[in-house]
Amino acid sequence: MLSFLATIGAATLSFLAATGRLAIFAGTAAASAVRPPHYGRALLRQMRDIGYFSLPVVGLTALFTGMVLALQSYTGFSRFSAEGAVATVVVLSMTRELGPVIGGLMVAGRVGAAMAAEIGTMRVTDQIDALETLSTDPMRYLVLPRLVAGIVSLPLLVLIADVIGVFGGFLVGTYKLGFNPYTYLRGTREHLETIDVVSGLIKAAVFGFIVTLMGCYHGYHSRGGAQGVGQATTHAVVSASILILVADYLLTAAFFS
Amino acid sequence: MAAATNGAPPPKISVRRLVKSFGAKCVLDGLDLDCAQGESLVIIGGSGTGKSVLLKCILGLLRPDSGSIRIAGEETAGLGRTARARLMMKFGMLFQGGALFDSLCVWENVAFGLIHARGMARQEARGIALAKLAAVGLGEEIAELYPAALSGGMQKRVALARAIAAEPEILFFDEPTTGLDPIMSGVINQLIERCVRDLGATAISITHDLVSARRIADRIAMLYQGRIVWHGPPAELDRSGNPVVDQFVNGRPEGPIRMEVRAL
Repeated sequence: MLSFLATIGAATLSFLAATGRLAIFAGTAAASAVRPPHYGRALLRQMRDIGYFSLPVVGLTALFTGMVLALQSYTGFSRFSAEGAVATVVVLSMTRELGPVIGGLMVAGRVGAAMAAEIGTMRVTDQIDALETLSTDPMRYLVLPRLVAGIVSLPLLVLIADVIGVFGGFLVGTYKLGFNPYTYLRGTREHLETIDVVSGLIKAAVFGFIVTLMGCYHGYHSRGGAQGVGQATTHAVVSASILILVADYLLTAAFFS
Repeated sequence: MAAATNGAPPPKISVRRLVKSFGAKCVLDGLDLDCAQGESLVIIGGSGTGKSVLLKCILGLLRPDSGSIRIAGEETAGLGRTARARLMMKFGMLFQGGALFDSLCVWENVAFGLIHARGMARQEARGIALAKLAAVGLGEEIAELYPAALSGGMQKRVALARAIAAEPEILFFDEPTTGLDPIMSGVINQLIERCVRDLGATAISITHDLVSARRIADRIAMLYQGRIVWHGPPAELDRSGNPVVDQFVNGRPEGPIRMEVRAL
């Protein structure tokens, strides 16, 4: 019985310690934002890597998500003759929920993993120590540009994903399900409100922060050669994915209830 | 301090009662060390005796458990990030594996400190980087290559060029010749000797390569069980009268140093 309690206690303590370390890590990075120097070149490079190079992956998943949404909601709604709602369901699901979540998860797999591997390798090959001996704060040079790039790029990426997803629904709706294109587009725009899109974009910014923070944090603290870097990569992707889904629920609750 | 009261300048680097442990393992155990201005000190010792830990403590990359580290008389324990970054401007460090930034090409590596810490324009920094590369015997044709395309010896030389690029007052060399063939080791030793002399820098090197140690040292210090057990000029290395140094220099399996291997 005692050892059972001890296990719970140890798990709680290590969870709290990890949360604290993460908060300090994020805080240090944020604090380094207020003082110069800033590394604009590094920021642009990260925005290109996170935003631009994720476009094909995120665009493709968004397209098929929109298509399957149209198909699923049509077959479901036809049971109670509500087929007319398909366009509205597609656009609301896409902008509020699936655009940001699918975008966030894809970027976690693509960018978060690469980030953890790159920074982790820099750690185990002394490159991060080398930065410090060259009077360059690794938080400011490595971590901050990635965090900012994540927060800025993901909403842009998700905005494009929203459009592509809706277009995917439109394709299936008009070519396969026989909707009139004009009716479908009217259904898309009729019930869409600004908050639907904006809430999705705010979610995307939060997810961008989560993905890059997890990638940087786990990479930065990796230990012990190739195996350590491998572990850091796994931790970065898994923790980012879980946190995205948790944050998604909390944000949805905050926006719409 | 004793050195300051009798009128002599304080040593460039002064370490007192330095303690650093990892878990239950005490790596540095009350270590004392002085290095005078312009001196080239080589620290020898077996693998895993804490030579790298000592350098990383002086650089502030590791936080010592207790003890004092003074650079030119200024205490460095507990410096903030900004003050630490400013202090680092005095240092140049050659890491064991080179630690070149693999996402940057060779000249950007060499010019890194000039561009990012000193805010020099890229074109100007490139010129200095090329001059430093020439100083370590590398031509302009490799300036645009990435570190992965270079051999081990060339990477070491680029790393050396990076360490001296900002003309630091203090140079650290962590195992500069490990993993290189004897000729390339000779080249690196010669380069280190020349760089230290030309810059008038204070240098601390750590190595277990005795050829290299005799070549580049003004003074050799032996690290054993977390302390400096002997130090003296290279000429006295063979007649130190210290059993630990004797065993190390002659490479005898038997003696006070017990290797952590079991007898067959």
